[in-house]
Amino acid sequence: MSGTVRIVVDDELISGRDGQTIAGVLIGSGRIAWRTAQHGERGVFCGIGVCHDCLVTVNGVEGVRACQRRAVEGDRIEREVRS
Amino acid sequence: MTHVAILGGGPAGLAAAQAALAAGAAVTLLDEGGRLGGQFWRHHAGITDPRMQHGFERFERLLGSLERAEVHSGAAVWSAELRDGGDGGGGRIVLRAVVGDADAADRRPVVVQADAVVVATGAHDLALPVPGWTLPGVTTAGAAQALAKRDGVSVGRRTLVAGAGPFLLPVAQSLALVGATVVGVHEASRTGALARGWLPKPWELLGKSGELAEYVGALVRHRIPYRIGSGVVRVLGVERVEGAVVAQLDTQWRPVPGTERVIECDAVALGHGFTPRLEAAIMLGCEVEGDRRGRFVVVDDAQRTTMPGVFAAGEVTGIGGADAALAEGAIAGFRAAGLAQDDPRLRDALRVRDRMRRLARRLERAHGIRPGWTAWLDDDTIVCRCEAVTKGAIAERAEVPLRAMRLATRAGLGPCQARTCGRAVEAIVAEARASAAVTGAAGEAVGGANAGAQGDGAVGFDRRPLLAPVRLGELAEPTEPASDENRNEAWPSGCSA
Repeated sequence: MSGTVRIVVDDELISGRDGQTIAGVLIGSGRIAWRTAQHGERGVFCGIGVCHDCLVTVNGVEGVRACQRRAVEGDRIEREVRS
Repeated sequence: MTHVAILGGGPAGLAAAQAALAAGAAVTLLDEGGRLGGQFWRHHAGITDPRMQHGFERFERLLGSLERAEVHSGAAVWSAELRDGGDGGGGRIVLRAVVGDADAADRRPVVVQADAVVVATGAHDLALPVPGWTLPGVTTAGAAQALAKRDGVSVGRRTLVAGAGPFLLPVAQSLALVGATVVGVHEASRTGALARGWLPKPWELLGKSGELAEYVGALVRHRIPYRIGSGVVRVLGVERVEGAVVAQLDTQWRPVPGTERVIECDAVALGHGFTPRLEAAIMLGCEVEGDRRGRFVVVDDAQRTTMPGVFAAGEVTGIGGADAALAEGAIAGFRAAGLAQDDPRLRDALRVRDRMRRLARRLERAHGIRPGWTAWLDDDTIVCRCEAVTKGAIAERAEVPLRAMRLATRAGLGPCQARTCGRAVEAIVAEARASAAVTGAAGEAVGGANAGAQGDGAVGFDRRPLLAPVRLGELAEPTEPASDENRNEAWPSGCSA
Protein backbone atom coordinates (compact mmCIF):
# COMPACT_ATOMS: atom_id res chain seq x y z
CA MET A 1 0.00 0.00 0.00
CA SER A 2 2.76 2.44 0.80
CA GLY A 3 4.93 3.73 -2.00
CA THR A 4 8.61 4.40 -2.10
CA VAL A 5 10.62 7.27 -0.75
CA ARG A 6 14.19 7.99 -1.83
CA ILE A 7 16.74 9.86 0.21
CA VAL A 8 20.43 10.63 -0.28
CA VAL A 9 22.74 9.46 2.47
CA ASP A 10 26.34 10.60 2.21
CA ASP A 11 25.88 10.92 -1.57
CA GLU A 12 24.33 7.48 -1.94
CA LEU A 13 20.70 7.15 -3.02
CA ILE A 14 18.70 4.74 -0.89
CA SER A 15 15.02 3.99 -0.88
CA GLY A 16 12.54 3.12 1.80
CA ARG A 17 8.82 2.90 2.24
CA ASP A 18 6.78 6.06 2.17
CA GLY A 19 5.94 7.00 5.75
CA GLN A 20 9.05 5.58 7.33
CA THR A 21 11.20 7.75 9.52
CA ILE A 22 14.73 8.55 8.37
CA ALA A 23 15.93 5.99 10.94
CA GLY A 24 13.56 3.43 9.47
CA VAL A 25 14.88 4.03 5.96
CA LEU A 26 18.50 3.86 7.16
CA ILE A 27 17.93 0.61 9.05
CA GLY A 28 15.94 -0.80 6.15
CA SER A 29 18.99 -0.18 3.96
CA GLY A 30 21.18 -2.20 6.31
CA ARG A 31 22.74 0.67 8.27
CA ILE A 32 22.65 0.50 12.03
CA ALA A 33 25.04 3.33 12.94
CA TRP A 34 25.39 6.77 11.40
CA ARG A 35 26.77 9.15 13.98
CA THR A 36 30.29 9.32 15.38
CA ALA A 37 30.17 9.96 19.11
CA GLN A 38 32.98 10.23 21.65
CA HIS A 39 33.26 6.48 22.01
CA GLY A 40 32.31 4.91 18.73
CA GLU A 41 29.42 4.88 16.34
CA ARG A 42 25.79 5.38 17.28
CA GLY A 43 22.47 4.75 15.60
CA VAL A 44 19.03 4.33 17.11
CA PHE A 45 18.89 3.71 20.82
CA CYS A 46 15.54 4.88 22.24
CA GLY A 47 13.66 5.14 18.97
CA ILE A 48 11.16 7.62 20.39
CA GLY A 49 13.02 10.92 20.43
CA VAL A 50 14.42 10.88 23.94
CA CYS A 51 18.10 9.90 23.75
CA HIS A 52 19.44 11.97 20.82
CA ASP A 53 21.81 9.17 19.78
CA CYS A 54 20.47 9.09 16.21
CA LEU A 55 21.05 12.74 15.23
CA VAL A 56 21.70 13.52 11.58
CA THR A 57 21.93 16.60 9.41
CA VAL A 58 18.91 16.86 7.11
CA ASN A 59 19.06 19.21 4.13
CA GLY A 60 21.72 21.22 5.88
CA VAL A 61 19.92 21.47 9.21
CA GLU A 62 21.92 19.88 12.01
CA GLY A 63 20.70 17.95 15.00
CA VAL A 64 17.61 16.24 13.60
CA ARG A 65 16.49 13.10 15.39
CA ALA A 66 16.36 10.46 12.67
CA CYS A 67 13.84 8.41 14.66
CA GLN A 68 11.39 11.31 14.78
CA ARG A 69 11.66 12.84 11.33
CA ARG A 70 9.67 11.34 8.53
CA ALA A 71 11.73 10.77 5.39
CA VAL A 72 10.72 13.02 2.52
CA GLU A 73 11.57 12.31 -1.11
CA GLY A 74 14.92 13.90 -1.93
CA ASP A 75 16.06 14.51 1.65
CA ARG A 76 19.83 14.81 1.88
CA ILE A 77 21.18 13.15 5.00
CA GLU A 78 24.68 13.76 6.32
CA ARG A 79 26.46 12.06 9.19
CA GLU A 80 27.36 14.05 12.26
CA VAL A 81 30.66 13.77 14.07
CA ARG A 82 31.11 14.91 17.61
CA SER A 83 34.62 16.13 18.29
CA MET B 1 -16.69 27.92 28.23
CA THR B 2 -13.91 26.16 30.11
CA HIS B 3 -10.82 25.72 28.04
CA VAL B 4 -8.86 22.54 28.75
CA ALA B 5 -5.37 22.03 27.36
CA ILE B 6 -3.99 18.52 27.12
CA LEU B 7 -0.33 17.61 26.96
CA GLY B 8 0.10 14.30 25.18
CA GLY B 9 -1.88 12.35 22.61
CA GLY B 10 -1.50 8.81 23.91
CA PRO B 11 -4.28 6.84 25.60
CA ALA B 12 -4.49 9.14 28.65
CA GLY B 13 -4.46 12.38 26.67
CA LEU B 14 -6.95 11.18 24.08
CA ALA B 15 -9.34 9.92 26.75
CA ALA B 16 -9.01 13.24 28.56
CA ALA B 17 -9.81 15.12 25.37
CA GLN B 18 -12.84 12.99 24.66
CA ALA B 19 -14.16 13.41 28.19
CA ALA B 20 -13.56 17.15 28.37
CA LEU B 21 -15.28 17.65 25.02
CA ALA B 22 -18.21 15.49 26.12
CA ALA B 23 -18.53 17.66 29.21
CA GLY B 24 -18.77 20.76 27.05
CA ALA B 25 -15.27 22.18 27.34
CA ALA B 26 -13.15 23.63 24.58
CA VAL B 27 -10.08 21.45 24.12
CA THR B 28 -6.60 22.04 22.76
CA LEU B 29 -4.41 18.95 22.52
CA LEU B 30 -0.67 19.14 21.97
CA ASP B 31 1.29 16.02 21.03
CA GLU B 32 4.91 15.66 20.03
CA GLY B 33 4.32 12.80 17.61
CA GLY B 34 3.65 13.20 13.93
CA ARG B 35 0.53 11.10 14.46
CA LEU B 36 -1.60 10.79 17.58
CA GLY B 37 -1.62 7.57 19.58
CA GLY B 38 1.46 7.77 21.78
CA GLN B 39 3.72 4.78 22.26
CA PHE B 40 0.81 2.41 22.71
CA TRP B 41 -0.96 3.18 19.45
CA ARG B 42 2.12 4.02 17.42
CA HIS B 43 1.25 3.13 13.89
CA HIS B 44 1.55 3.93 10.26
CA ALA B 45 -1.14 2.94 7.83
CA GLY B 46 0.30 0.54 5.28
CA ILE B 47 3.38 -0.25 7.38
CA THR B 48 2.13 -1.39 10.76
CA ASP B 49 1.20 -5.06 10.98
CA PRO B 50 -2.32 -5.04 12.46
CA ARG B 51 -1.37 -7.95 14.71
CA MET B 52 0.80 -5.50 16.65
CA GLN B 53 -2.15 -3.26 17.47
CA HIS B 54 -4.44 -3.66 20.43
CA GLY B 55 -7.66 -1.87 21.12
CA PHE B 56 -7.35 -0.04 17.83
CA GLU B 57 -11.14 0.39 17.55
CA ARG B 58 -11.01 2.33 20.78
CA PHE B 59 -8.26 4.49 19.31
CA GLU B 60 -10.32 5.18 16.22
CA ARG B 61 -13.33 6.10 18.33
CA LEU B 62 -11.17 8.48 20.36
CA LEU B 63 -9.85 10.11 17.20
CA GLY B 64 -13.40 10.41 15.94
CA SER B 65 -14.38 12.30 19.08
CA LEU B 66 -11.80 15.03 18.51
CA GLU B 67 -13.69 16.88 15.79
CA ARG B 68 -14.32 19.94 17.94
CA ALA B 69 -10.85 19.95 19.45
CA GLU B 70 -7.89 22.00 18.33
CA VAL B 71 -5.13 19.42 17.78
CA HIS B 72 -1.46 20.17 17.26
CA SER B 73 0.61 17.15 16.24
CA GLY B 74 4.35 17.58 15.92
CA ALA B 75 4.25 20.01 18.83
CA ALA B 76 7.38 20.40 20.92
CA VAL B 77 6.03 21.99 24.09
CA TRP B 78 9.00 23.65 25.70
CA SER B 79 7.36 25.62 28.47
CA ALA B 80 4.34 25.12 30.75
CA GLU B 81 3.52 27.72 33.37
CA LEU B 82 0.83 28.89 35.71
CA ARG B 83 0.29 32.59 35.38
CA ASP B 84 0.05 34.37 38.73
CA GLY B 85 -3.34 35.43 40.12
CA GLY B 86 -5.30 38.22 38.46
CA ASP B 87 -7.19 37.50 35.32
CA GLY B 88 -5.60 38.80 32.19
CA GLY B 89 -8.20 36.74 30.32
CA GLY B 90 -7.61 33.50 28.49
CA GLY B 91 -6.88 31.36 31.52
CA ARG B 92 -4.02 30.88 33.89
CA ILE B 93 -2.26 27.98 32.18
CA VAL B 94 0.24 29.08 29.56
CA LEU B 95 1.87 26.52 27.26
CA ARG B 96 4.46 27.39 24.66
CA ALA B 97 5.34 25.12 21.79
CA VAL B 98 6.84 25.06 18.36
CA VAL B 99 4.93 23.03 15.80
CA GLY B 100 6.20 21.40 12.64
CA ASP B 101 8.43 18.58 11.41
CA ALA B 102 10.60 17.09 14.15
CA ASP B 103 13.61 19.33 14.85
CA ALA B 104 12.96 21.42 11.75
CA ALA B 105 14.39 24.92 11.62
CA ASP B 106 11.11 26.47 10.48
CA ARG B 107 8.62 25.35 13.10
CA ARG B 108 5.97 27.89 14.01
CA PRO B 109 5.38 29.05 17.58
CA VAL B 110 2.09 28.25 19.27
CA VAL B 111 0.99 29.66 22.60
CA VAL B 112 -1.99 28.07 24.34
CA GLN B 113 -3.75 29.70 27.25
CA ALA B 114 -6.24 27.58 29.14
CA ASP B 115 -8.19 27.34 32.38
CA ALA B 116 -7.01 23.82 33.12
CA VAL B 117 -4.41 21.42 31.81
CA VAL B 118 -4.17 17.64 31.80
CA VAL B 119 -0.58 16.46 31.88
CA ALA B 120 -0.56 13.14 30.02
CA THR B 121 3.05 13.06 28.92
CA GLY B 122 3.54 9.32 29.40
CA ALA B 123 6.78 7.49 29.97
CA HIS B 124 9.78 6.23 28.07
CA ASP B 125 11.79 3.05 28.44
CA LEU B 126 14.28 2.73 31.19
CA ALA B 127 17.21 0.66 29.96
CA LEU B 128 19.85 0.10 32.61
CA PRO B 129 23.48 0.48 31.53
CA VAL B 130 25.36 -2.72 30.72
CA PRO B 131 29.01 -2.98 29.64
CA GLY B 132 28.93 -2.69 25.85
CA TRP B 133 25.51 -1.07 25.64
CA THR B 134 26.74 1.79 23.46
CA LEU B 135 27.51 -0.62 20.61
CA PRO B 136 25.34 -0.17 17.53
CA GLY B 137 22.68 -2.85 17.66
CA VAL B 138 21.75 -2.23 21.29
CA THR B 139 18.44 -0.40 21.59
CA THR B 140 15.75 -0.01 24.17
CA ALA B 141 12.89 -2.47 24.01
CA GLY B 142 10.68 0.49 23.16
CA ALA B 143 12.89 1.32 20.19
CA ALA B 144 12.58 -2.23 18.90
CA GLN B 145 8.84 -1.92 19.29
CA ALA B 146 8.65 1.52 17.66
CA LEU B 147 10.83 0.51 14.72
CA ALA B 148 8.78 -2.61 14.18
CA LYS B 149 5.41 -0.88 14.46
CA ARG B 150 6.09 2.43 12.78
CA ASP B 151 8.82 1.55 10.29
CA GLY B 152 8.35 -2.19 9.76
CA VAL B 153 12.05 -2.87 10.39
CA SER B 154 14.30 -4.46 12.99
CA VAL B 155 17.84 -3.44 13.85
CA GLY B 156 19.17 -7.00 13.78
CA ARG B 157 18.38 -10.41 12.42
CA ARG B 158 18.95 -12.18 15.72
CA THR B 159 17.72 -10.14 18.66
CA LEU B 160 18.02 -10.83 22.37
CA VAL B 161 15.31 -9.18 24.46
CA ALA B 162 16.12 -8.56 28.13
CA GLY B 163 14.88 -6.58 31.08
CA ALA B 164 11.81 -6.84 33.25
CA GLY B 165 8.07 -6.74 32.98
CA PRO B 166 5.26 -7.91 30.75
CA PHE B 167 6.08 -5.30 28.10
CA LEU B 168 8.94 -7.49 26.89
CA LEU B 169 6.39 -9.93 25.47
CA PRO B 170 4.76 -7.67 22.88
CA VAL B 171 8.24 -6.48 21.90
CA ALA B 172 9.30 -10.05 21.18
CA GLN B 173 6.12 -10.60 19.23
CA SER B 174 6.62 -7.47 17.12
CA LEU B 175 10.21 -8.40 16.36
CA ALA B 176 9.07 -11.83 15.20
CA LEU B 177 6.36 -10.25 13.04
CA VAL B 178 8.89 -8.11 11.15
CA GLY B 179 10.97 -11.19 10.46
CA ALA B 180 13.66 -11.03 13.16
CA THR B 181 14.65 -14.12 15.10
CA VAL B 182 14.22 -13.51 18.81
CA VAL B 183 16.94 -15.64 20.40
CA GLY B 184 15.44 -15.27 23.85
CA VAL B 185 13.47 -13.14 26.28
CA HIS B 186 15.34 -12.74 29.57
CA GLU B 187 13.21 -11.57 32.47
CA ALA B 188 15.18 -10.42 35.50
CA SER B 189 12.47 -11.17 38.04
CA ARG B 190 12.21 -14.65 39.51
CA THR B 191 9.29 -17.01 39.86
CA GLY B 192 8.35 -16.11 43.42
CA ALA B 193 8.09 -12.43 42.67
CA LEU B 194 6.33 -13.09 39.41
CA ALA B 195 3.75 -15.32 41.03
CA ARG B 196 3.15 -12.85 43.84
CA GLY B 197 2.92 -9.92 41.50
CA TRP B 198 1.03 -11.37 38.61
CA LEU B 199 -1.58 -13.49 40.23
CA PRO B 200 -4.43 -13.62 39.88
CA LYS B 201 -4.88 -11.66 36.64
CA PRO B 202 -1.52 -11.02 34.99
CA TRP B 203 -2.94 -10.11 31.63
CA GLU B 204 -4.72 -7.00 32.86
CA LEU B 205 -1.75 -4.71 32.44
CA LEU B 206 -1.45 -5.63 28.80
CA GLY B 207 -5.06 -4.83 28.12
CA LYS B 208 -8.15 -6.91 27.83
CA SER B 209 -8.04 -10.58 28.69
CA GLY B 210 -6.59 -12.79 26.04
CA GLU B 211 -3.73 -10.49 25.17
CA LEU B 212 -1.23 -12.27 27.38
CA ALA B 213 -2.34 -15.61 26.00
CA GLU B 214 -1.72 -14.18 22.56
CA TYR B 215 1.84 -13.18 23.46
CA VAL B 216 2.55 -16.52 25.07
CA GLY B 217 1.18 -18.12 21.92
CA ALA B 218 3.54 -15.99 19.85
CA LEU B 219 6.51 -17.09 21.97
CA VAL B 220 5.58 -20.71 21.40
CA ARG B 221 4.82 -20.26 17.72
CA HIS B 222 8.11 -18.50 17.05
CA ARG B 223 9.99 -20.87 19.39
CA ILE B 224 11.23 -18.01 21.52
CA PRO B 225 12.84 -19.13 24.80
CA TYR B 226 11.59 -17.25 27.87
CA ARG B 227 13.92 -17.24 30.88
CA ILE B 228 13.21 -15.80 34.29
CA GLY B 229 15.77 -14.67 36.84
CA SER B 230 18.08 -13.96 33.93
CA GLY B 231 19.58 -10.89 32.34
CA VAL B 232 22.16 -9.50 29.94
CA VAL B 233 25.27 -8.56 31.93
CA ARG B 234 27.55 -7.66 29.02
CA VAL B 235 27.20 -6.94 25.34
CA LEU B 236 29.99 -8.21 23.13
CA GLY B 237 31.34 -6.81 19.90
CA VAL B 238 33.88 -4.47 18.38
CA GLU B 239 32.06 -2.20 15.97
CA ARG B 240 28.61 -3.61 16.53
CA VAL B 241 26.82 -6.23 18.56
CA GLU B 242 28.20 -9.72 18.02
CA GLY B 243 26.81 -11.41 21.09
CA ALA B 244 25.73 -10.99 24.67
CA VAL B 245 26.64 -12.54 27.98
CA VAL B 246 23.60 -13.59 29.97
CA ALA B 247 23.70 -14.71 33.58
CA GLN B 248 21.29 -15.81 36.23
CA LEU B 249 20.28 -12.98 38.53
CA ASP B 250 19.51 -13.38 42.21
CA THR B 251 16.43 -11.83 43.78
CA GLN B 252 18.26 -8.49 43.99
CA TRP B 253 19.33 -8.75 40.32
CA ARG B 254 22.96 -9.45 41.23
CA PRO B 255 24.55 -11.75 38.64
CA VAL B 256 25.20 -15.22 40.04
CA PRO B 257 28.91 -16.02 39.48
CA GLY B 258 29.56 -19.01 37.29
CA THR B 259 26.23 -18.86 35.45
CA GLU B 260 27.40 -16.67 32.56
CA ARG B 261 27.00 -17.91 29.03
CA VAL B 262 27.43 -16.28 25.64
CA ILE B 263 24.54 -15.98 23.23
CA GLU B 264 25.25 -15.12 19.65
CA CYS B 265 23.11 -12.25 18.38
CA ASP B 266 23.41 -9.04 16.39
CA ALA B 267 20.95 -6.95 18.37
CA VAL B 268 19.96 -6.54 22.00
CA ALA B 269 16.74 -4.86 23.13
CA LEU B 270 16.80 -3.71 26.77
CA GLY B 271 13.79 -2.65 28.82
CA HIS B 272 14.08 -2.71 32.61
CA GLY B 273 11.09 -0.52 33.27
CA PHE B 274 9.77 2.93 32.46
CA THR B 275 10.63 6.47 33.39
CA PRO B 276 7.68 8.85 33.55
CA ARG B 277 8.10 12.09 31.66
CA LEU B 278 7.71 14.43 34.61
CA GLU B 279 9.27 17.63 33.39
CA ALA B 280 6.08 19.42 32.35
CA ALA B 281 4.39 18.60 35.67
CA ILE B 282 7.48 19.74 37.57
CA MET B 283 7.69 22.99 35.62
CA LEU B 284 4.03 23.62 36.46
CA GLY B 285 4.96 23.26 40.13
CA CYS B 286 3.24 19.93 40.80
CA GLU B 287 4.50 17.84 43.65
CA VAL B 288 6.20 14.59 42.74
CA GLU B 289 6.70 11.79 45.16
CA GLY B 290 8.92 8.75 45.41
CA ASP B 291 12.59 8.14 44.93
CA ARG B 292 14.94 6.98 42.22
CA ARG B 293 13.11 3.65 42.08
CA GLY B 294 9.95 5.39 40.98
CA ARG B 295 8.96 9.01 41.10
CA PHE B 296 5.52 10.12 39.99
CA VAL B 297 3.19 13.09 39.97
CA VAL B 298 1.05 13.19 43.11
CA VAL B 299 -2.67 13.10 42.26
CA ASP B 300 -5.85 12.70 44.26
CA ASP B 301 -8.92 10.64 43.37
CA ALA B 302 -9.96 13.30 40.86
CA GLN B 303 -6.54 13.14 39.12
CA ARG B 304 -5.87 16.63 40.50
CA THR B 305 -2.23 17.47 41.13
CA THR B 306 -1.14 19.74 43.96
CA MET B 307 -1.45 22.77 41.66
CA PRO B 308 -4.84 24.33 41.00
CA GLY B 309 -6.19 23.60 37.54
CA VAL B 310 -3.45 21.08 36.79
CA PHE B 311 -4.50 17.45 36.34
CA ALA B 312 -2.36 14.44 35.50
CA ALA B 313 -3.21 11.06 34.03
CA GLY B 314 -1.48 7.97 32.71
CA GLU B 315 2.08 6.84 33.28
CA VAL B 316 3.22 10.14 34.83
CA THR B 317 1.11 9.20 37.86
CA GLY B 318 2.31 5.56 38.04
CA ILE B 319 3.13 2.89 35.50
CA GLY B 320 -0.21 1.19 34.91
CA GLY B 321 -0.59 0.40 31.23
CA ALA B 322 -3.04 1.61 28.61
CA ASP B 323 -6.30 0.69 30.34
CA ALA B 324 -5.33 2.57 33.47
CA ALA B 325 -4.24 5.52 31.35
CA LEU B 326 -7.56 5.57 29.49
CA ALA B 327 -9.53 5.56 32.75
CA GLU B 328 -7.37 8.19 34.42
CA GLY B 329 -7.49 10.34 31.32
CA ALA B 330 -11.28 10.22 31.24
CA ILE B 331 -11.51 11.18 34.92
CA ALA B 332 -9.02 14.02 34.45
CA GLY B 333 -10.82 15.28 31.37
CA PHE B 334 -14.24 15.28 33.03
CA ARG B 335 -12.95 16.98 36.17
CA ALA B 336 -10.90 19.53 34.25
CA ALA B 337 -14.05 20.42 32.33
CA GLY B 338 -15.86 21.04 35.61
CA LEU B 339 -17.84 17.87 36.31
CA ALA B 340 -18.20 16.77 39.92
CA GLN B 341 -16.58 13.60 41.23
CA ASP B 342 -19.97 11.95 41.80
CA ASP B 343 -21.22 12.70 38.30
CA PRO B 344 -22.49 9.39 36.88
CA ARG B 345 -20.35 9.89 33.77
CA LEU B 346 -17.24 9.24 35.85
CA ARG B 347 -18.44 5.99 37.35
CA ASP B 348 -17.04 3.48 34.87
CA ALA B 349 -13.68 5.17 34.63
CA LEU B 350 -13.34 5.36 38.42
CA ARG B 351 -14.00 1.65 38.76
CA VAL B 352 -11.46 0.69 36.09
CA ARG B 353 -8.85 3.04 37.47
CA ASP B 354 -9.06 1.68 40.99
CA ARG B 355 -8.74 -1.90 39.77
CA MET B 356 -5.80 -1.07 37.51
CA ARG B 357 -4.00 0.80 40.29
CA ARG B 358 -4.05 -2.29 42.47
CA LEU B 359 -2.68 -4.33 39.62
CA ALA B 360 0.06 -1.78 38.94
CA ARG B 361 1.23 -2.05 42.53
CA ARG B 362 1.48 -5.81 42.20
CA LEU B 363 3.44 -5.55 39.01
CA GLU B 364 5.84 -3.05 40.51
CA ARG B 365 6.48 -5.49 43.35
CA ALA B 366 7.14 -8.28 40.88
CA HIS B 367 9.18 -6.48 38.21
CA GLY B 368 10.50 -3.36 39.88
CA ILE B 369 14.21 -2.71 39.48
CA ARG B 370 16.31 -4.27 42.26
CA PRO B 371 19.50 -2.53 43.45
CA GLY B 372 21.86 -5.44 42.73
CA TRP B 373 22.04 -4.59 39.01
CA THR B 374 24.97 -2.21 39.55
CA ALA B 375 27.12 -5.32 40.16
CA TRP B 376 27.18 -6.00 36.41
CA LEU B 377 28.86 -2.64 35.71
CA ASP B 378 32.61 -2.24 35.30
CA ASP B 379 34.29 0.97 36.43
CA ASP B 380 34.82 1.91 32.80
CA THR B 381 31.24 1.18 31.68
CA ILE B 382 29.74 4.27 30.09
CA VAL B 383 26.64 5.27 32.02
CA CYS B 384 25.86 8.68 30.51
CA ARG B 385 25.69 7.90 26.80
CA CYS B 386 25.65 11.54 25.66
CA GLU B 387 28.81 12.59 27.45
CA ALA B 388 30.51 9.18 27.73
CA VAL B 389 30.77 9.40 31.52
CA THR B 390 31.76 6.15 33.20
CA LYS B 391 30.45 4.46 36.30
CA GLY B 392 33.84 4.99 37.96
CA ALA B 393 33.82 8.73 37.34
CA ILE B 394 30.34 9.06 38.85
CA ALA B 395 31.03 6.88 41.88
CA GLU B 396 34.27 8.76 42.55
CA ARG B 397 32.35 12.00 43.03
CA ALA B 398 29.34 10.52 44.76
CA GLU B 399 30.08 12.38 47.99
CA VAL B 400 29.66 15.85 46.55
CA PRO B 401 26.19 17.25 45.91
CA LEU B 402 24.54 15.85 42.80
CA ARG B 403 24.74 19.14 40.96
CA ALA B 404 28.46 19.52 41.58
CA MET B 405 29.04 15.92 40.51
CA ARG B 406 27.20 16.59 37.29
CA LEU B 407 29.15 19.74 36.52
CA ALA B 408 32.44 17.97 37.26
CA THR B 409 31.70 14.85 35.20
CA ARG B 410 29.07 16.24 32.78
CA ALA B 411 26.94 13.19 33.56
CA GLY B 412 23.40 13.95 32.47
CA LEU B 413 24.28 17.30 30.87
CA GLY B 414 24.25 16.16 27.26
CA PRO B 415 21.46 16.56 24.71
CA CYS B 416 19.16 14.04 26.38
CA GLN B 417 19.36 15.97 29.65
CA ALA B 418 19.69 12.79 31.76
CA ARG B 419 16.49 11.31 30.42
CA THR B 420 18.41 8.15 29.50
CA CYS B 421 20.86 7.84 32.39
CA GLY B 422 19.29 9.83 35.23
CA ARG B 423 17.90 6.93 37.22
CA ALA B 424 21.09 4.89 36.77
CA VAL B 425 23.30 7.78 37.87
CA GLU B 426 21.16 8.29 40.95
CA ALA B 427 21.41 4.59 41.79
CA ILE B 428 25.20 4.59 41.41
CA VAL B 429 25.53 7.70 43.57
CA ALA B 430 23.27 6.27 46.26
CA GLU B 431 25.15 3.00 46.29
CA ALA B 432 28.55 4.70 46.49
CA ARG B 433 27.35 6.96 49.30
CA ALA B 434 25.91 4.03 51.20
CA SER B 435 29.10 1.98 50.98
CA ALA B 436 31.21 5.01 51.93
CA ALA B 437 28.95 5.54 54.92
CA VAL B 438 29.25 1.92 55.95
CA THR B 439 33.03 2.05 55.98
CA GLY B 440 32.85 5.34 57.86
CA ALA B 441 30.60 6.00 60.82
CA ALA B 442 28.32 3.00 60.80
CA GLY B 443 25.90 4.53 63.31
CA GLU B 444 24.53 7.30 61.12
CA ALA B 445 25.35 5.55 57.88
CA VAL B 446 21.92 4.96 56.45
CA GLY B 447 20.37 8.23 57.52
CA GLY B 448 23.39 10.13 56.28
CA ALA B 449 23.35 8.43 52.93
CA ASN B 450 19.66 9.06 52.50
CA ALA B 451 19.92 12.66 53.59
CA GLY B 452 22.69 13.18 51.06
CA ALA B 453 20.72 11.56 48.29
CA GLN B 454 17.66 13.61 49.14
CA GLY B 455 19.61 16.81 49.58
CA ASP B 456 19.30 17.53 45.87
CA GLY B 457 15.56 17.86 46.10
CA ALA B 458 12.83 15.34 45.61
CA VAL B 459 12.90 15.67 41.84
CA GLY B 460 16.50 14.52 41.31
CA PHE B 461 17.32 14.67 37.64
CA ASP B 462 13.76 15.18 36.48
CA ARG B 463 13.70 18.97 36.51
CA ARG B 464 14.62 20.40 33.15
CA PRO B 465 14.94 24.02 32.07
CA LEU B 466 13.26 23.27 28.74
CA LEU B 467 10.62 20.62 28.28
CA ALA B 468 11.59 19.74 24.72
CA PRO B 469 14.62 20.30 22.53
CA VAL B 470 14.16 23.54 20.62
CA ARG B 471 16.54 25.67 18.66
CA LEU B 472 17.77 28.92 20.13
CA GLY B 473 16.21 30.87 17.30
CA GLU B 474 12.83 29.41 18.13
CA LEU B 475 13.05 30.70 21.68
CA ALA B 476 13.70 34.14 20.32
CA GLU B 477 10.32 34.30 18.57
CA PRO B 478 8.40 37.42 19.59
CA THR B 479 5.80 35.43 21.60
CA GLU B 480 7.64 36.34 24.81
CA PRO B 481 11.26 35.26 24.71
CA ALA B 482 12.60 32.91 27.35
CA SER B 483 15.06 34.27 29.85
CA ASP B 484 18.72 34.03 28.97
CA GLU B 485 19.21 31.62 31.80
CA ASN B 486 16.96 29.07 30.16
CA ARG B 487 18.90 29.16 26.95
CA ASN B 488 21.98 27.81 28.57
CA GLU B 489 22.47 24.13 28.01
CA ALA B 490 24.03 23.78 31.44
CA TRP B 491 21.82 23.66 34.48
CA PRO B 492 20.49 27.13 35.28
CA SER B 493 21.29 28.00 38.84
CA GLY B 494 17.70 28.19 39.98
CA CYS B 495 16.83 24.77 38.75
CA SER B 496 18.43 22.27 41.03
CA ALA B 497 18.00 24.16 44.26
